[in-house]
Amino acid sequence: MICVENLSKTFTLHNQGSAVIRVMENANFTVAAGECVALSGNSGAGKSTLMRMIYGNYLAASGRIMVGDVDVASAEPREILDLRRNTLGYVSQFLRVVPRVATLDVVAEPLRAVGVDQDAAYARARDLLGRLNIPETLWGLSPTTFSGGEQQRVNIARGFAHTYPALLLDEPTASLDATNRETVLSLIEEAKAGGAAIIGIFHDAPARDRVADREIDVSAFTPKRAA
Amino acid sequence: MTPLLSVQNVAKYYGARVGCEGVNFDLYPGEVMGIVGESGSGKSTLLNCLAGHLAPDAGKVLFDTRANGMQDTVTMSEPERRMLGRTDWAFVHQNARDGLRMSVSAGGNVGERLMAVGARNYGDIREQAIDWLGRVEIATDRIDDRPRQFSGGMQQRLQIARNLVTGPRLVFMDEPTGGLDVSVQARLLDLLRGLVREMGLSAIIVTHDLAVVRLLADRLMVMKSGQVVETGLTDQVLDDPQHAYTQLLVSSVLQV
Amino acid sequence: MSDPAYNFAYLDEQTKRMIRRAILKGIAIPGYQVPFASREMPMPYGWGTGGVQVSAACLVPEDTMKVIDQGADDTTNAVSIRKFFENTAGVATTEKTREATVIQTRHRIPEEPLTEDQILVYQVPIPEPLRFLEPRETETRKMHALEEYGLMHVKLYEDIAQHGNIATAYAYPVQVEGRYVMDPSPIPKFDNPKLEMAAIQLFGAGREQRIYAIPPYSKVVSLDFEDYPFEASKADHPCDLCGAEHTYLDEVIIDDAGGRMFVCSDTDYCGERQADGHRGRLSPKLEAAQ
Repeated sequence: MICVENLSKTFTLHNQGSAVIRVMENANFTVAAGECVALSGNSGAGKSTLMRMIYGNYLAASGRIMVGDVDVASAEPREILDLRRNTLGYVSQFLRVVPRVATLDVVAEPLRAVGVDQDAAYARARDLLGRLNIPETLWGLSPTTFSGGEQQRVNIARGFAHTYPALLLDEPTASLDATNRETVLSLIEEAKAGGAAIIGIFHDAPARDRVADREIDVSAFTPKRAA
Repeated sequence: MTPLLSVQNVAKYYGARVGCEGVNFDLYPGEVMGIVGESGSGKSTLLNCLAGHLAPDAGKVLFDTRANGMQDTVTMSEPERRMLGRTDWAFVHQNARDGLRMSVSAGGNVGERLMAVGARNYGDIREQAIDWLGRVEIATDRIDDRPRQFSGGMQQRLQIARNLVTGPRLVFMDEPTGGLDVSVQARLLDLLRGLVREMGLSAIIVTHDLAVVRLLADRLMVMKSGQVVETGLTDQVLDDPQHAYTQLLVSSVLQV
Repeated sequence: MSDPAYNFAYLDEQTKRMIRRAILKGIAIPGYQVPFASREMPMPYGWGTGGVQVSAACLVPEDTMKVIDQGADDTTNAVSIRKFFENTAGVATTEKTREATVIQTRHRIPEEPLTEDQILVYQVPIPEPLRFLEPRETETRKMHALEEYGLMHVKLYEDIAQHGNIATAYAYPVQVEGRYVMDPSPIPKFDNPKLEMAAIQLFGAGREQRIYAIPPYSKVVSLDFEDYPFEASKADHPCDLCGAEHTYLDEVIIDDAGGRMFVCSDTDYCGERQADGHRGRLSPKLEAAQ
């Protein structure tokens, strides 16, 4: 489902003496449908960078990133938007809060975007918010004012609302209590069972061991420093 | 899929000075594109060329018309272009005074485009005006008040209602939130976002406010000295800018 | 006879030709405002200089002229313009609508239906019907050229929104022959239906330097909304002098106690009816001898 070939990434800092920082070289791996792969490596090894490149948020310097039949590295913006809408989900660590939109709508939005009718979208959103223990009294409010933990759970609910064939998870269980952590893990397992190809960053080792089928060590893609 | 708007090599010169030059892009139905750049970068010149307010010195601006498919709006006759301007196109000015009739009531402002395309039933016009005032969150008992009596944010929302009432397919916006308080901006942006989604509008938004494009635009075009220096997915351009100027622009934004 | 110090009808022949060309163009394009080089006239703007120039260009020595102001032949403005043409053109004048060949008017159309042998000349203060909402002449010209008349209905919309009905009672906009929207000059809207007539109608605006025309039997439609149709309204009274129920009336205050009477604004028409024996509420008592 996800296939990364010869991927490399550089940052050119034009305003700092045009320094070119090579952060990734020759990344090659595939993730099949129904498989969950954990990215590992030290902090700074490029796990988040890789994830962002797959999502199209960072621009690849060279190589291919196939998600389904779209090459994210060379696709037009609208193709990537379409991919994000239908195929590729992303649960980041932080909710990008949209002002004045009710929590229930925030969660239902990805479903509405792919044409699910309002009742069905709300039903799914209610179910997810309930499972993630967001009190029902908050559903009509904007998450702007919620605590950090509540915002993260809203974000997870939103990320899992639509059953994407491919899913990127950036520390989905960080700072969750035991009950909610358990819920998130079972959501991941359900997505896997549903055939989703999942790439995740898990600092929570027991969680990683439970859901991940294998690990990819990102430091293998770190360019060797010139001597 | 055919693009709604196809811009090919558009250029506009002010004497020896470049207004904008070599601009190319396709805009597809439902897409929202932001154009950012500092004052004098040519973004407003470009917008005015696209909207038919300025005649470009070179290039084509093809629009997918309902009747005849792709037509070059630069060479089409003025009546046709003006007809587009009050049916399929909308233009939201930075200054509401430029986009509203200040001596005509809110209802009359919203109704004008309807009457311009032949609506002749007062009750229907009034009903649609009331509906639209509601959608842009203006109390319907203000329908007979003149825009002078409105706050800046209300005037801007009224301008949006006046523009969208005929169900346009392409909306041009020139700094739609410029000159408004931050809280008023947020409300306006949220409203625009909702309307764009709900109506499936395509839009081109010129602004120097990166937060505005992050919230509204799918795609981004960065301009400097009349040239397009970078284009791409909005979050990609903002989070991983490639061109020196874009990097400077992004790094110059104050973090809140 | 006319005063030999003046050319016939005051204006020199070249000027009259220039005005006639504008008139012909106006007739060829019904409702279209033709620019013309308006001359200084020996009367102030606002006193009918546009109408006087158009009349002067139309007159021939055999014409009989009638001048009315608000329907009356005996008001200052009407009298002085009539005298003007008596002096400068030496044409016959009359107060009888039926006898006139050229009628210059301010703010009324005579009640008596006009014929193909007559010309009705209007004095126009502001010829541009779009002016109230669009101050730019360049823009209003473009709107006429492109037939963008939505704004005219905005004005009527505002009327209904503010007054509950179309409160415009005079200078009520019309569309001529399905094309140009035109200001019929400040005639009461009661007169609008009469704009479809057998006579040639010419409109002259001296200060604004515009001439426009409605050819005989042109289709003239008063703008309105489906649910607020145009109504040619008048005061709901019969004439207190001749008893007519179908004429446009002036309201006249007759004493300090607020007493009032309604009389036909068309003095000639009212006089003829009285001569025919029609009587109203306040008519002088019939003399016993009759």
